[in-house]
Amino acid sequence: MPDTSHHDAFVEFERVQKSYDGIQLVVKDLNLTMPKGEFLTMLGPSGSGKTTCLMMLAGFETATHGDIRLDGRPINNIPPHKRGIGMVFQNYALFPHMTISENLSFPLEVRKIGKSDREAKVKRALDMVEMGAFGGRRPAQLSGGQQQRIALARALVFEPELVLMDEPLGALDKQLREKMQFEITHLAHRLGITVVYVTHDQTEALTMSDRVAVFDDGRIQQLAPPDELYEKPQNSFVAQFIGENNTLEGTIREMNGDRCVVQLNNGDLIDAMPVNVSQVGERTRVSIRPERVEFNKDRLQEGVHTLKAEVLEFIYMGDIFRTRLKVAGNDEFVIKTRNAPDQVRLEPGAQIEIGWLPEDCRALDAPN
Amino acid sequence: MSDATAEPDKISGPTPDNALRAGDRADDGPVLAADGTPLKRSLSRALRAQKLRALALIAPLLIFVLVSFIAPIFDMLFRSVENQIVGETLPRTVVALADYDATSDELPRDEVFEAAYYDIFIAAERKEHTRLGSRLNYEQTGSSSLFRKSGRGIDDIGEVYQDQFEDLDENWDEARPWAELMGDPDWIAAQDAWGGEGRMPRFELRDGISDLLPRTAETYQIFARFMQTEEGESPLEEEPWTVVHTALYQDLLAGDVSGYTGPRADMLVAADALVESPGFETVVFRDAFEEIDEDWLNPEIWQTIKTYSPTYTSGYFLNSIDMQKTPEGPALRDEDERIYGLLFQRTLWMSMIITFSCILLGYPIAYLLSNLPMRTANLLMILVLLPFWTSLLVRTSAWKVMLQQQGVINDVLVWLGMVADDGRLVMINNQFGTIVAMTHILLPFMILPMYSVMSTIPPSYVRAAKSLGATNWTTFWRVYFPQSVPGIGAGSILVFILSIGYYITPEIVGGTSGIFISNRIAYHISSSLNWGLAAALGTILLVVVLVLYWAYDRIVGIDNVKLGG
Amino acid sequence: MKLSKTLMATSALTVAAAGAYAAGHGMADSMTLVSWGGAYQASQQNAYVAPYLEMNDGVSATWDESSAEAVAKLRAMNEAGNITWDLVDVVAADAIRLCDEGLAMEVDHDELLAPAPDGTSASDDFGDLIVSDCFIPQIVYSTTFGYRTDMVGDTPPTSVCAVFDTEAYPGKRSLERRPIANMEWALICDGVSIDEVYNVLETEEGQDRALAKLDTIKDDVIWWNAGADTPQLLADGEVVIGSTYNGRLFSAIEEQDQPIGMLWDWQMFDLDGWIIPAGLPEDRLARVQDFVRFATDTQRLADQAKYISYGPARASSAPLVSTHAELGIEMAPHMPTDPANAQNTFLFNYEFWADYRDDIDAKFQAWLAR
Repeated sequence: MPDTSHHDAFVEFERVQKSYDGIQLVVKDLNLTMPKGEFLTMLGPSGSGKTTCLMMLAGFETATHGDIRLDGRPINNIPPHKRGIGMVFQNYALFPHMTISENLSFPLEVRKIGKSDREAKVKRALDMVEMGAFGGRRPAQLSGGQQQRIALARALVFEPELVLMDEPLGALDKQLREKMQFEITHLAHRLGITVVYVTHDQTEALTMSDRVAVFDDGRIQQLAPPDELYEKPQNSFVAQFIGENNTLEGTIREMNGDRCVVQLNNGDLIDAMPVNVSQVGERTRVSIRPERVEFNKDRLQEGVHTLKAEVLEFIYMGDIFRTRLKVAGNDEFVIKTRNAPDQVRLEPGAQIEIGWLPEDCRALDAPN
Repeated sequence: MSDATAEPDKISGPTPDNALRAGDRADDGPVLAADGTPLKRSLSRALRAQKLRALALIAPLLIFVLVSFIAPIFDMLFRSVENQIVGETLPRTVVALADYDATSDELPRDEVFEAAYYDIFIAAERKEHTRLGSRLNYEQTGSSSLFRKSGRGIDDIGEVYQDQFEDLDENWDEARPWAELMGDPDWIAAQDAWGGEGRMPRFELRDGISDLLPRTAETYQIFARFMQTEEGESPLEEEPWTVVHTALYQDLLAGDVSGYTGPRADMLVAADALVESPGFETVVFRDAFEEIDEDWLNPEIWQTIKTYSPTYTSGYFLNSIDMQKTPEGPALRDEDERIYGLLFQRTLWMSMIITFSCILLGYPIAYLLSNLPMRTANLLMILVLLPFWTSLLVRTSAWKVMLQQQGVINDVLVWLGMVADDGRLVMINNQFGTIVAMTHILLPFMILPMYSVMSTIPPSYVRAAKSLGATNWTTFWRVYFPQSVPGIGAGSILVFILSIGYYITPEIVGGTSGIFISNRIAYHISSSLNWGLAAALGTILLVVVLVLYWAYDRIVGIDNVKLGG
Repeated sequence: MKLSKTLMATSALTVAAAGAYAAGHGMADSMTLVSWGGAYQASQQNAYVAPYLEMNDGVSATWDESSAEAVAKLRAMNEAGNITWDLVDVVAADAIRLCDEGLAMEVDHDELLAPAPDGTSASDDFGDLIVSDCFIPQIVYSTTFGYRTDMVGDTPPTSVCAVFDTEAYPGKRSLERRPIANMEWALICDGVSIDEVYNVLETEEGQDRALAKLDTIKDDVIWWNAGADTPQLLADGEVVIGSTYNGRLFSAIEEQDQPIGMLWDWQMFDLDGWIIPAGLPEDRLARVQDFVRFATDTQRLADQAKYISYGPARASSAPLVSTHAELGIEMAPHMPTDPANAQNTFLFNYEFWADYRDDIDAKFQAWLAR
């Protein structure tokens, strides 16, 4: 976990903007502060500006406006090779004409580190990623996962305090990816390095990070720890982007502190928690996680609004059941239930009634 | 291992197949496919159909390449050693010269002159003697006119005999009596019956005449068949060549015809008597040749014929390395005739310079192109390829206008005051001009492979290197450049091979110090018509290219060549 | 360009063959004529090809500008067994070689060619210019020198030896990149009389002597390969004096108004004419013979001189030479054969060069390369 007692920022973006063509801003007014030792993930769809931010931090792109500071020093004018930031690339970028050892030795050589020192460090780095036996091989002779480990070792071998990773696991298959996710977080925390990690895979972001910055349209939509991000999305983009989500559109009818009543488009009323809506009559989109929908009448709170639903499809997924419903005209409404011995299996065609805790139903901004 | 898989071929050496089989043998037995046949066999059956289809697809190209490329190359290789013309045109002379010692400075025996008389006479009738003259003229100056003159003068020898025989009996100058004497009666009947349509009945000698008059029969048969096939005339109506009369004289002198009772026996016996008579005028072949041209009494021409009489010769190859075939064996040419060694050297040296200047000029451009956005890169690529859109001659001539002493560059330099008006730079009609113009022309061949290799180098390598702390130069030299080497290699091979074969540009802007070996090849192809020498030079060039290719493979590795991603 | 020409030639052939079968009167309907391109080919087109086609409806002629490589190409065609040319314009030396190689057809000049208007037989009318049994002469041209009138001061050169006089006429000079003519001029300017030139050149010492003379100006020479080079070099002021064909100089001087003067001293006459390739099929041969008879008659050869300053090969044509077709100037004074121009001349020595070409050329090229 980040050292929260220590408040001086290690990485800092202040009002950073970036434009490639002078017409469109790719990054709009970015503000971000990272303490030392944090594992922060930049998550977002492609074109959201997350990679540009990473490249600005690495020094391969210059900010059009604003300051980027590393350990209190502005680094806008420092060339990449003097920033001392380790970086792992999506395609690993291992130099194909060098052996694994030469690849690892490269950053040490350019730092004019003595030969015996170099060899010791390379060996240590290889051992760290459990690739000690592969020093004499060429990158092309290694599997994707092995190359990824080497890339990681190379980014760490010169002991940088900050390591950037640009979708490093994107080319790996699912199983390997999960294994590497664990290894990378483990290593980062063990070494105490600060990591900025870019991905478009939300699972990766949630499982690895101390904090996640969700990017869209050149802005950070929400910056929060994974649990908060999942459970308390601040706007409909984040809600939509992180995890699976049911949405219903309607209008605010009543506002009552942290509760509100929403009239759906078909006239039904539901209870919700207002997040970024404030006025009666405002359009809203409510979002409910599939696993928070309840159809067992006994478990529903007294007095809350319920909705009628028709079961369209039942899908057995092993650990969970996934049931597709038609609710208030939306036939993509999904509920997920745990595969427990007493769990009900809903038959397609059944008419049921569903409801939820008002705090699980978040009334968010309506899409334009 | 059952015999089944070893059956298709029984080569026992280390072939890849055998290696596979050896591997198989180590196992318990062949792996079987579902239907029980050995897996390898059913696999190869399945693959055979694929191979046949692939072969059918490439067949048009294969045939095209074979016909238009491989065949001419073999034709060229063959021409560089082929020398049948001497033996075919002078068959008797070559045989007669067999025991002639070409290293002695003596004339050959009289029999050689006699053989040469028959050969040259027949060659002259076939109009082949001048061709042989041109061929021998490559080796012995003067042969061309010697043979042309001899073709005209050789008739004189036989005329001496013809006149005397004719004086004896007019029938010796008539077609019909000759034909009756020499020809098979059946053939004469058939020839008489021939109505002018279709092919003439082929001339046949009469039985026994070859034994009686061997030389006469041989030459008459050549005459008669030549008349039939080449001239389309009936031997019954054409009086024979004078060479036949000469042959008759020699036969009569050597043999005895008194027992002869066939057709025209009286004519023949009378002629025999005439030949034996003291007043009969004869010709000594050697003197007759001297009369035609006294060069025939110079042993050199005989030595040349003897040296070049075999069907195959190393002469062209010796010529192309500034040596010559002499009766004593290969010898270096006079210093003032040596040129090919110099030109080969110069061609290789200048091609190397051109290749290096292409690398120097092309590398930054290719680098720039590969780092630009696709659209811009494509646009600039068109500029790079622009030279291809104009004809080679126009481009080369444009360089002439640019580089000549009264040309654009000199004018600008004079105007800027950088050179004096009377000290204008000589930049064309020398090696410099050739290098400039050829670098320009070949540059695209360097840029294209370099570009296509560079554009496959992901930018992340450079970024990775920089993030690892490398300066721009270190990044370039240690990371980018090694990966662009395959492009440089491919471009260099292309440019180098193209430039050693170039001749138009050196011809126009090379002056005398900038011409290449290919210019001499072109000269021998189109001007001197010494195709054998041109073929030998071309073969050497081909070998040089192959050797360099091999050397490149050994030093850099041929898998380090990429023409594209 | 080459391809389209080949296509044209091929299609011309097809048409020719088809036409022959259809017409059936023994003469092909098309001819492929080979010439040098440029002004010379144009003069042929104007003087006799166009009039012939006009007289013979339905006959077509295709040009192939391959005369410079005619010998090599004919040899290649002959080996391939497919002669696509009907009539080939070549210099006399090439005609002799083609005849020697059996690639050109021997002709009976009196039978094939028209007599002069006064009845003189063709062989007498052409006289000595029939240098080979295969050769049908058309024109006499010469290789001679032109000089820049504005670069020679007040003393324009009058002798060919000005070429070797770099003190009086400093600057570059252009010479053809072959020994022929250059060796002769070198010897003449080294003091050898014209009668002795070839006797001297036959010997090794003579060849060395000629090369030694050329050596004195070697650094000042631009060597040319194409006839158009020297006029261009003169026009650009690159050279002060240079050799080329007299017709090229005529058009540079009279048609393009360049400041160039003619130097006729020791011009080398050469001949250009037709040869008929050996082995033509009968219908094509008949057409070509018909055309050649027309194209080489007295009037036609005289007409050609309206377009180019080369002398007609027939003696009987000379009095008929008139004025230039466009410039209107009298052509006779521009002819290399004009008595005023022809005081010192020599004729290309075909026999000598047939023998010595290979040998002297090897030495010459080796000398050049050094």
